[in-house]
Amino acid sequence: MTSQSAMRAATNGAATANSEFLLQVEGVRKEFPGVVALDDVAFRLKPGTVHALMGENGAGKSTLMKIIAGIYRPDSGSFHLRGKDIQLTSPLDALENGIAMIHQELNLMPFMTVAENIWIRREPKTAIGFVDHAELHRKTASLFKKLNISIDPEIEVRDLSVANRQMVEIAKAVSYESDVLIMDEPTSALTEKEVTHLFEIIRGLKSQGKGIVYITHKMNELFEIADEVSVFRDGRYIGTHGAASVTRDDIIRMMVGREITQMFPKEVVPIGDVRLSVRNLSLKGIFHDVSFDLRSGEILGVAGLVGSGRSNVAETIFGVTPATSGEIWINGQKTVIDRPGTAMKHGMAFLTEDRKETGCFLILDVLENMQIAILNQGFAKAGFVAEAEIARNCNQMKEALRVKTPDMHERVENLSGGNQQKVLIGRWLLTHPKILILDEPTRGIDVGAKAEIHKLITRLAGDGVAVMMISSEMPEVLGMSDRIMVMHEGRVTGFLDRAEANQVKIMELAAH
Amino acid sequence: MATEHATKAAPHGEMQRRRKMPPEANIFVVLIGIALFFELLGWIFVKQSFLMNTQRLQVIILQVSVIGIIAVGVTQVIITGGIDLSSGSVVGMTAMMAASLAQTSDFARAVYPSLTDLPVIFPVAAGLLAGLIAGLINGSLIAFTGIPPFIATLGMMVAARGVAKWYTRGQPVSMLSDSYAAIGTWIWPVVIFLVVALIFHIALRYTRYGKFTYAIGANVQAARVSGINVGRHLIKVYAIAGCLSGLAGVVLSARAISGQAGMGVSYELDAIAASVIGGTSLAGGVGRITGTVIGTIILGVMTSGFTFLRIDAYYQEIVKGVIIVAAVIIDQHRQRKRRKA
Repeated sequence: MTSQSAMRAATNGAATANSEFLLQVEGVRKEFPGVVALDDVAFRLKPGTVHALMGENGAGKSTLMKIIAGIYRPDSGSFHLRGKDIQLTSPLDALENGIAMIHQELNLMPFMTVAENIWIRREPKTAIGFVDHAELHRKTASLFKKLNISIDPEIEVRDLSVANRQMVEIAKAVSYESDVLIMDEPTSALTEKEVTHLFEIIRGLKSQGKGIVYITHKMNELFEIADEVSVFRDGRYIGTHGAASVTRDDIIRMMVGREITQMFPKEVVPIGDVRLSVRNLSLKGIFHDVSFDLRSGEILGVAGLVGSGRSNVAETIFGVTPATSGEIWINGQKTVIDRPGTAMKHGMAFLTEDRKETGCFLILDVLENMQIAILNQGFAKAGFVAEAEIARNCNQMKEALRVKTPDMHERVENLSGGNQQKVLIGRWLLTHPKILILDEPTRGIDVGAKAEIHKLITRLAGDGVAVMMISSEMPEVLGMSDRIMVMHEGRVTGFLDRAEANQVKIMELAAH
Repeated sequence: MATEHATKAAPHGEMQRRRKMPPEANIFVVLIGIALFFELLGWIFVKQSFLMNTQRLQVIILQVSVIGIIAVGVTQVIITGGIDLSSGSVVGMTAMMAASLAQTSDFARAVYPSLTDLPVIFPVAAGLLAGLIAGLINGSLIAFTGIPPFIATLGMMVAARGVAKWYTRGQPVSMLSDSYAAIGTWIWPVVIFLVVALIFHIALRYTRYGKFTYAIGANVQAARVSGINVGRHLIKVYAIAGCLSGLAGVVLSARAISGQAGMGVSYELDAIAASVIGGTSLAGGVGRITGTVIGTIILGVMTSGFTFLRIDAYYQEIVKGVIIVAAVIIDQHRQRKRRKA
C-alpha cells in the first residue's frame, strides 16, 4: 500500500504537487456502470479561501467532493493535502486527515443531544471509563462560543430547526479541526437571516486559514461569499477564476457551454375566469385565514421565508393535510377536498417541494413514475392497465420535456435532479390539469433545465392553466409571476402586481 | 440525442443483457444448484438419485403448496413495505372453522350436529371468509390507526391462534367428508397453488392494483400525493393475504382430513422466507410472484434433500435459518451495489 502510493507520487504526483495549495487534486477519473462521472478533473484549493463549485446537476461536482471526502474511491487521480500524497479509503479516514463534508442530507442522530452528536466516538471519559458529561458540555460550549453559535448543548437534535442542525453539523466538522470543509448546498433550507449567520461563520473559518469548498446553485451567494470559483460541465473540469473577475453571465456560459438568452420567458397571456378560490383557509397551528383567487392563464407566485406556511397552504388545497376551516371553491363550486384523489378529480395537480421524499419512486423506473397519476383516469379496463396506450403517452411526454434517460425502464434514482423533476412534471401534465400547484419547481436543478421548466410553465399558462408557484428564489418569483402573494408566519401579508413588485417590497412583506 | 449520450458511455452488450435477464434467473440458478448438490451427495452417501424419483418430486411440491399459497399473499404485503405475521395462526383458525362444516353425519360428536354432510362449497367458503375477515382487520388496523404492520399482525397472530383453540376447546375436528378430503388429494394442492400464483402474478404486473402496490412500497408519501388512496389499498392487500391464508387452511385440513388448532404454527415465517429468498425486498417496492414460487420450491427441496440424506431434523432447521439470513444479506448487498451505481 505505502510503496504503491509512493510510486504513484513519483510517477504523476510529485511533479505537480505544489505547497501553495491546501488541497490539490489532479487527473481524477471515476466511472459508474454506464456513465463516466468524472474525466481528468482537477481541483486546487488554497488555504484561507472559499472556493465555490458550480455546474449543472450531473456535472460531477458532488461526485468529486464525495471522492475527496472518502465516500467514493476514484478510478485514478492524485491527491495532495498540504503537498503530501494521500489516498483516502473511507469518510473516517478523510476526517482524520482533516477533510470534513457537511452533507445536503443532514447526518445527525435525532434522539441524542447536540453535545453527544458532536463528540460521538470521541467522548471525554472519566477515570473509570464512563462518559464525562461535564467535560462534554464544557467542550461543546466552548466550541459554540468560538463559532458564535447559540444552541443549548444539552438539547436533543430532533428539537432543533433545520438551520440549527446545519450549525451543529458545521460545529461537528470544525471540532475535528478539519482544514478542508466541504459544504454541499448548505443554504437550501435556511432563511435569509440564517444564511447571514452561516456566512459569518464561514468568514471566521476562512480567517483561520481553513479552505472551504462551497457547492451551490445560487449565483448571488457565490458573489457574496466565494473567493474563487471552479466550473464543471458533463464530468469535466472547465476552469477556475477569481470570483471578483467573472460575471454571472460568464459563469452561466461556462456551465452550459452556451448563452442563455432569456432567463425568464414570461409572456403576457389573457387572464380568464377564476378557477380556484380560497376563502379563510386555515390549518390549525400552521396557517390562518388564507384567501386568494387564481384565474385561468394566471401565474400566482407565492413568496415567503421558509416556515411561513407556503407549502402547507399548497398541501391543504391539494388535500394532503385537509383544512381545519375555510372554504375552497373550484370553478365557482364549493368543494371539500379531503385527499389528493379528490383534488385530482377537480383538475388539480401538485408538484411537491421535496423531490425525494414526496415525489419520486426512486427504485421504480421512469415509466412507472410517470404513469402513476393517470392510472385512475381511464387508462385501465376492469383494473387491467392499458399498457401500450400509457407507454405511448409517457414516451411522448418524455420527448416533449426532453428527459435525459437511456430508456423508459431506467430507475429514476439514476437520473439527475433536473431529469427527475421533469419526470414528475410529466406525471402531472399527463393528467391535463386545469390548476397546477408548483412548489419550488426548480430547486436544486441546473440552469439549462431550469430555463426549460420556466418556458414550460409559461406555455401552460398560455394554454389557460391556472398556476400557483411557490418559490424561494426571488428572481424566479419576480420573473415568472403575474401576481405575487407573500406570506409570513402562517398569514398572507400582501399581494403585489407584476408591475409594482420588486425584491425590496417582497422582503418587506415576508419579514413583516 | 439523450439516448445517444447514454449508450455511448455504456458497454453495449451489458446493457442488453441486463434488459433480457429477468431477476428470477439468479434465484432459479440457485434452485438448480441446490438440487444438483443433493443429487451429487445422494450418489456419494445413499447410492441413489435425488432427482430421478418422480414420487419424491411430487411430494416436494405437494408439501410446499400450502406454504406457497400463503407466500403469494405475504409477498404482496411485503412489496407494500409491510409484513404479515398472522398467516400461520390464520391457517390454524380457518382450518378449524372449515373442517367444522365438513364433518359427516356418521360422526356422533360433530361440532355442529345439524350442519353435517354439507356440500363442499360451504366449508371452503367459510375458510376463505374467516381468513378474509382476519385480513380485513389487519389492514384496517394499519390503515386507520397507523400502527406498524408488525404490531397489528403480531396481535392477530396471537388472537387468531386463540380463536383456533377456543373454537372447539382444543379438540381436533375429524371425520371429514370425502368430497372435502378430495381437495387435499392427487395434485390438487399444487394446482391450487399454481393457479393462485398465476392470478396474482398477472394482478401485480398488469393491473392498477399491482402498480399501486409497488408504488406504495417504493414511497408511501409520493403514492399518497399521486392520488392513491393508500389506506384503502393496504386494506385490500392485507385482505387478500388473509384470504389466501384461509385457502391454505382449507387445503391443509383437507390434506390431513382433520382440523387441529395447532396447524400452521410458524408457517408465516416460512412464507416470509420463501418471499425473501425469491428476491422480495423487506424495504418494499420490489418483488415478484415468480421469485416467490421458486423460493418456495427451494425451501421444499432443502427439506426433502436433508430427509433424503437422513440428516437430523434439528440440523435442517439450523441450515434453513442460515439460508434465510444469507438471502437477505445478498439482497442488501445487491441494493447497496445498485445505489452506488
